Amino acid sequence: MNQVTNDNPEQKTTSKNTIKKKQIARGPGRRAQEARRQFLRSVALTAGITGISLAGFIPLKGHADTRLIMRPPGALDEKDYLASCIKCGQCVQVCPVNAVKLDDLEDGFGLGSAYINAREQACDFSCDGLQCVLACPTGSLTHILDYVKDTRMGLAKLDKPKLCLAVAGKGFKGIARGSDYNGVLRYEKIDRWNPIPLKDHPYDVEICDLCVQACPIEQRYNQCQDGQYPSGDKNQCPPKRAIGLELIEQRNGVKHMKPVVYDGCVGCGVCEMICPAEQAAIVVDYDQVTKLPLSAEYINKSKGHS
Amino acid sequence: MNRSLESFLQLLGRAPRKPAKAELSPEVQKIYFYKKGEKVTKAQLEALHDEHHKNSKNKWRKRRWFTLIFVNLLFVLSYSLDIQLLEGALTASRFMGFHMADLNSALQVMLAHKQVLINLVIGISTIFILWFILGGRTFCSWVCPYHLLAEWTEKLHLWLAARGLAKNYTFHRGVRTVFYIIFALLALLTGYTVYEFISPTGILSRAIIYGPTLALIWVAFLLLFEVFLSRRAWCRYVCPIGITYGLVGIFSPVRVTYDMTDCKHEGDCRSVCLVPHVLDVTIKNRSTDVEIGLGADCTRCGLCVDACPTNSLNFEFKGLSHKATKPEVERSLMPESRQQQTETKEQQS
Repeated sequence: MNQVTNDNPEQKTTSKNTIKKKQIARGPGRRAQEARRQFLRSVALTAGITGISLAGFIPLKGHADTRLIMRPPGALDEKDYLASCIKCGQCVQVCPVNAVKLDDLEDGFGLGSAYINAREQACDFSCDGLQCVLACPTGSLTHILDYVKDTRMGLAKLDKPKLCLAVAGKGFKGIARGSDYNGVLRYEKIDRWNPIPLKDHPYDVEICDLCVQACPIEQRYNQCQDGQYPSGDKNQCPPKRAIGLELIEQRNGVKHMKPVVYDGCVGCGVCEMICPAEQAAIVVDYDQVTKLPLSAEYINKSKGHS
Repeated sequence: MNRSLESFLQLLGRAPRKPAKAELSPEVQKIYFYKKGEKVTKAQLEALHDEHHKNSKNKWRKRRWFTLIFVNLLFVLSYSLDIQLLEGALTASRFMGFHMADLNSALQVMLAHKQVLINLVIGISTIFILWFILGGRTFCSWVCPYHLLAEWTEKLHLWLAARGLAKNYTFHRGVRTVFYIIFALLALLTGYTVYEFISPTGILSRAIIYGPTLALIWVAFLLLFEVFLSRRAWCRYVCPIGITYGLVGIFSPVRVTYDMTDCKHEGDCRSVCLVPHVLDVTIKNRSTDVEIGLGADCTRCGLCVDACPTNSLNFEFKGLSHKATKPEVERSLMPESRQQQTETKEQQS
């Protein structure tokens, strides 16, 4: 114990001396020099982190009004959508068919906000009540939207008529997207409450009309025609049809069937999802969604509201 | 100077100031005076520490890690098992249906969108009240998943630094305030929630709940930066979430308080602290009062409470907790003159 106490003061004084010597040797400017270096480092850090944060602009460049990916029901126009989305994913959690996914790094400022890849899994409204809209805490998915029929996620169009089986006069027998496909849809006649895998539901039709059969708006429209309102609410009834097969006569007189999209289409993408062709013949146009007639109504309403 | 204002300015990056002798209360001056001749060896400190933490090594760290993992797990289980207790992610969520919104994320959204929705107001109010009561930056150390990862990689950093394999380049703490202003302005001017693009808190929280994303590369980069170049750089110098919750915590009743009476001023607390400037008062002749609450930048992580060999740092809930009476052990280590003084004092009272 004595030794320790004897040694310690000596060591301390020597170390103190060396510190003093160093300070003298380096001069009084050392502190100022370190402060200057720290300042420069801080400036570099500010520039670096700010620069990196601005990299989020890259995927957006020139697309401020154009939608690069499909958004869930009720999404405001792209600029407002990205501004208001708090990136929490509550819409992901409530979706019964897991259609809603979150953007990643390559989507820039979209990072963490919701999108739908209709070909992989479309929104088939099997929640009936627009659960994602109800879940959204910021109104990115506008709370003005009450009914499925008023949604406008895009507008379907026959993109590749040459691939369309109906146009080619063909039927379809089998599993719509093959046995490896994991998407699900709700079939009212099989299970009112639970969506089932597409691969568990084979089709057999003489002229392929899968897009028309599966269309959630068409189903609701037909229910209403039969006097059975969806969820028992007459307000749920779509005012117009969304899609149907029509007999088209070409100039050379050849007649064939063709899916035609009507005004009632909400752009949910179920037709794109179920299309059994190698590539979807029918796809949803979502890039100019805000310029479409139905959506304009609720987007204007939402702007005036909140 | 007003303690709250001082605490606010330190949060923004001001360096703690050595108080003039006249600012120290007479009692404090007396105690410092008696401490002058005091010599404490390492062995004595360790003995003290063992005595105080006999049954509870890393007590607060254990509690904190458990809480942090539990909260984040609750998010995961709510989704994966569909128990719907805590839905969403750390940026915004619903606890049993009740809205909660991270204050910084909500701020970004409001600045970018320039509109406020009623749900968001409810969420902000809940979270504001919650963290006002619990201590503001308590969010950082008790909930933020990045904090936990950074805490672990900090160990690696210290290990490497001790062997000369890593450096700790420091930055001016005021740079965090600059970031706060930059990100607020960017949200306002660009109309995008720019900070959310690089927020490791949001990225990690979503990755934990919804599955891994590419954005984790950014988080990994930040952790590597901290391991090799700068200790706890993100939390110390960049994160605006820290400032937001720091502001909330200025008047919080939950805080760590410092009692200088038995302090040996050896600095164990400062060496483990994420924000050592709040512990500046533990340096000899820096505390103006016998008992003093730590500043708003304190994350209430409790590492200093665990590290302190003399029980000089303690959690306090203002108005609720009463300080436990000092154990007798410390008496024996006081200089004799002070022992006599305290005894006469006790006789008087």
